[in-house]
Amino acid sequence: MKVILRNPKREVQVAGGRRVKDVLRELEIIPETVLVIRGDTLVTADQMVTDDDTIELRPVMSGGSASRDAPRRGPPRARRAVK
Amino acid sequence: MKCRKCGRGAVIELRRHNAAFCEPDFVEFFRNQVREAIRKHRMFTPEEAVLVAVSGGKDSLALWEVLIEEGYRTTGLYLDLGIFDYSIESKARCEKFATAHGVPLIVTAVAEEIGAPVPIIKTVTRRPPCSGCGLSKRYLMNRVALERGFPVVATGHNLDDEAATLFGSVMHWQTDALPRQSPALAATHPKLVRRVKPLYRLSERETAAYAFLRRIDYIVEECPFAAGATSIAHKEILSRMEEASPGAKHNFLFGFLDRARAAFERVEAVALQECTRCGQVTTGTVCAFCKLADQVKRAT
Repeated sequence: MKVILRNPKREVQVAGGRRVKDVLRELEIIPETVLVIRGDTLVTADQMVTDDDTIELRPVMSGGSASRDAPRRGPPRARRAVK
Repeated sequence: MKCRKCGRGAVIELRRHNAAFCEPDFVEFFRNQVREAIRKHRMFTPEEAVLVAVSGGKDSLALWEVLIEEGYRTTGLYLDLGIFDYSIESKARCEKFATAHGVPLIVTAVAEEIGAPVPIIKTVTRRPPCSGCGLSKRYLMNRVALERGFPVVATGHNLDDEAATLFGSVMHWQTDALPRQSPALAATHPKLVRRVKPLYRLSERETAAYAFLRRIDYIVEECPFAAGATSIAHKEILSRMEEASPGAKHNFLFGFLDRARAAFERVEAVALQECTRCGQVTTGTVCAFCKLADQVKRAT
């Protein structure tokens, strides 16, 4: 079955006839970090995929607001949290 | 897997809630979590105009969509960072969204305000680009809100964002930053607006699922400068913990907010001044944004 990955967009071929969670495990993808899309709908980890299926594993994690090495400075002004 | 609410086929499993939902019940769950966040932290009332900071990504556009559906009076704010095609495409998504929903969008360019786009700021400061970017965004969000009379700015920060920020602050024991981490920050000065995060109860995956199911056309590609960022590394660590122990992220964040944050608060407040150059709030004499603008001007 075809698996579409993103960032960068690419395709891999894996065996079908098993559950989505097993495909994720083989690809070493943490389920919490992706949406599993088949066609125009989402698929849960327990569902079966066949050799003819195409699924997209769309990463969900964005980031970059913390600087890599420098300790993060607090915002330049004090804030009091509401309640 | 069956929907916990109605028994039909589930499209998403939420192990941390020991639940699975069909599409309509997941949409309702998602909106309920936003309603709860707004209520619990008194983020804004239906009468207040809300400025929604949007990037074109799944979180901010999902947030904007929910607030529109819930009947709030919203205006979007897109900050053009000048990051090559990424900024061109993300701006286009925001404009398309605003047109489709019949809501106003303000666009402000960082290059016009500080003298250079983020890629140039990066070379001028020789620091990670996220540093100048984040500083500029926070500054401009506040200033635009003030200038246009918005009492509150809402951002699309989700549970993963907040948990990762908390994780980083704890790993480095940033005791100044810890008490200031909250889903709602009050306006502690006449020139500061309220800053709220209505998606803080929802994970990044849940937010992505909502955006997908609602057919929101968001930019999937990441900012080209995001690769290798510490926040992403922290999110990965937390995601592994969540896989092993569902609920770990929300226990970490909510436990901090409910039981630990107050312990880091100081008795004396930091003195807030107005920048001698632009009038925005600073703890020094000249604010970090003006200092950065000077640095850019000297170098370009």
